[in-house]
Amino acid sequence: MIRSHPARLAAAVAGVAALSLVAAACSSSSSGGGKPGGSGVLTASAPGITATTITIGSHQPLTGIAAPGYDEIAPASNAYFQYVNAHGGIYGRKIIYKYLNDEYNPAMTSTVVHQLILQDNVYAIFNGLGTPTHLAVAPFINSEHVPDVFVASGCECWNAPSTLPDTFGWQLDYIREGKILGKYIEQHFKGKKIGYFYQDDEFGQDGVKGLSYEIPKSQVVSSQSYDPTNIKIAPQVAALKAAGAQVVISFSVPAFTALLKLTMLGLKYNPQLAVSDVGSDPITLAGLLAEFAKNKTAGFGNSLTNGIITDGYLPSTYETTNSWIQLWQKIHTQYLSRYQLDGNVLYGLAVAYTFVQAMFKAGKNPTRQDLVNAINGGLPQAVGVAPFAYSATDHNGIVGAYLGVIRNGELVPTTPVFVTNDTPTGAITTLNAAQPSAPASGIPSP
Amino acid sequence: MASDVSEQIEVPAAQRRLAWLSRSTLARHVLLAAGGAVVLYLISVGLDPYRDYLMAQVAAMVVAVAGLTVLIGLSGQISIGNGAFMAVGGYTGALIFMHLHWPLGLILVVAAVVAAAVGAVFGLAAARLRGPYLAGATLMFAVALPFLANQFSGVLGGDQGLGFFITSPAFLGVNFSLQRWQAWVNCGVGLVVFVLLANLTASKVGRSWRAIRDDEIAAALAGLNVAGYKILAFIVSAACAGLGGVLLAIYDGTVSPSLFTFGLSIQLLTAAVLGGLGSLAGAIWGAALLVIVPIYLQDVAVSHGFASQATSAAIPTLAYGVVLIVVMLAFPRGIQGGLSRLVKKKGSL
Repeated sequence: MIRSHPARLAAAVAGVAALSLVAAACSSSSSGGGKPGGSGVLTASAPGITATTITIGSHQPLTGIAAPGYDEIAPASNAYFQYVNAHGGIYGRKIIYKYLNDEYNPAMTSTVVHQLILQDNVYAIFNGLGTPTHLAVAPFINSEHVPDVFVASGCECWNAPSTLPDTFGWQLDYIREGKILGKYIEQHFKGKKIGYFYQDDEFGQDGVKGLSYEIPKSQVVSSQSYDPTNIKIAPQVAALKAAGAQVVISFSVPAFTALLKLTMLGLKYNPQLAVSDVGSDPITLAGLLAEFAKNKTAGFGNSLTNGIITDGYLPSTYETTNSWIQLWQKIHTQYLSRYQLDGNVLYGLAVAYTFVQAMFKAGKNPTRQDLVNAINGGLPQAVGVAPFAYSATDHNGIVGAYLGVIRNGELVPTTPVFVTNDTPTGAITTLNAAQPSAPASGIPSP
Repeated sequence: MASDVSEQIEVPAAQRRLAWLSRSTLARHVLLAAGGAVVLYLISVGLDPYRDYLMAQVAAMVVAVAGLTVLIGLSGQISIGNGAFMAVGGYTGALIFMHLHWPLGLILVVAAVVAAAVGAVFGLAAARLRGPYLAGATLMFAVALPFLANQFSGVLGGDQGLGFFITSPAFLGVNFSLQRWQAWVNCGVGLVVFVLLANLTASKVGRSWRAIRDDEIAAALAGLNVAGYKILAFIVSAACAGLGGVLLAIYDGTVSPSLFTFGLSIQLLTAAVLGGLGSLAGAIWGAALLVIVPIYLQDVAVSHGFASQATSAAIPTLAYGVVLIVVMLAFPRGIQGGLSRLVKKKGSL
């Protein structure tokens, strides 16, 4: 059966040739060949920028294990861009946001990001979601000198200005978050036995690193990790119970927070639960709890999330008088009514606002380097409750958060905002300045 | 052919040369591969970087699928776990790249050898199993192996994997497209593997495999070392998979457990069956179909605004399933099987 005959081999080679030619014929090559214009004229100043549009791209988990909840982020960002486009755009240019599904699989992330940069000529990669997924493409994005802005992950790895000069984090990084959460638990649960439950990758490890800077080792009775591809976590929960942990701090994604809570219920184990921001969105959690427990009773999910301690670096929907929440509600009603206004939607809207902020600062006819320089020069605090860390030597984003507790499906803030840095000894201080209000137009001023 | 030559004296010489060419399988295959290299080079320089990147991707899959198609189509053993051998190759390559900084050529060879060694161990067990039991054993291997990365996350990087980002060599210049370099490396390795496999299958080894596949008892009675040849087939297929794994890591820039899921093993099997089992040309068809069709479908879906919502993001996957079913219905013996039947029909008219 094997075709070792020359004619067949030749046919095979011809086959590849034919396929490649077809592929080549389908290719759309468009690169901006802009003329240098005067300061008032909009030009095609960089790949992905024309006189009328700015095209940016992203990789997002629209299907697969990470999709529940996270699949709302990109549509939410797009809703904000539509709002900006309808109100004058960025110096008159409209934003085109092309986000492709990578199923949270790094192999697919690589393919779609190559497509976005090499074929679609996007100006920047915006808010690529996930630690393992984005790690697979960050070196490539930087080698092409494409701005890699506001990665949707709190990994410290995005703060590497020397090796990844074009990459920037955005959300509160997990080390800072661990420190802030850890100090609060240490102060409010003095002498109690503490257990850790965390995802076994940079996300969970960074979080535990931050916690360990604040919580004495002697107080931690058990440290259990999980692998996101294995949903059987009963052994870990049993170990936490056996060690007598009275407070369990969890650095987990929403699905595993829900599993943790349900497994604890099954083992009749009821410690105080504290969960990192990324795994604690009350609406997402309530939905997952109801789904996993196959319990359709109204309020079932909320009854289980009540009392969970967590932190937040964006204003909470509970604060109905906050100008940012009012702005998000307005845009949500107009462009995104198919989703609930939950933590993921807030996130998508807020990160999109920051991008528009950076683009305005980058100038009227920006090159790719102009955007990177603009962020390196620092961005004023806006959507977050704490300022950004951005500078030429620091590519971390928001530097602080408040603590809160979940009540009736909402995050109720209970403390002022704390800020800190990512070093073991860096002090955690209370932020006294209030968050600036949202502009009335809903669009950052140039 | 000799009749084209008018001068009497030159005929025997030309004939001698042609006869030598048709006698020497190796020379014929090397010549064809050289021709293929020229064609692939011309294509690669004509393509934009993204198509070069896809070319590298297809070539990596071709190498892995070629090994599998030889194993299944020739030796008659089934493996639904070749993705695991790809992982062995990929991780070996990444580890050497990170810690020892060896040149790429050496990394490729060592990765293939390590994967072959693992294949040999597995082949020892496989030689005692057949049919569904063998399939089950290989399946277990594919499912279990990626978990090793989590068990030894200190060395293997856990879920996040290891970086494997090669750059194009300095002599090509600073602005040389990295994707073109990746395409050259992957296609080059693919051609070498094809020459080796084509020779092997045309040799005594290939004939023995076919004999064993068709009737094991008869082959044993004829004096063939059945177990030895079966293990050899596993080694060859694992070495190809290991090489494919490194090539995959090269264009992807990393190795991680999610790169070598059980789904990858199924994809390899799908490509081998779709292309035509036992056919090297079929491996090219199968791999190309597997890489290009899903991307094309996602493109279509995106341009029609389908892929922007979670509910419709599954449409490309759905359409891909339909394409696979249609191909299988139209070409029950794989694409290459169907094509050669078409060619034969035309020839007989």
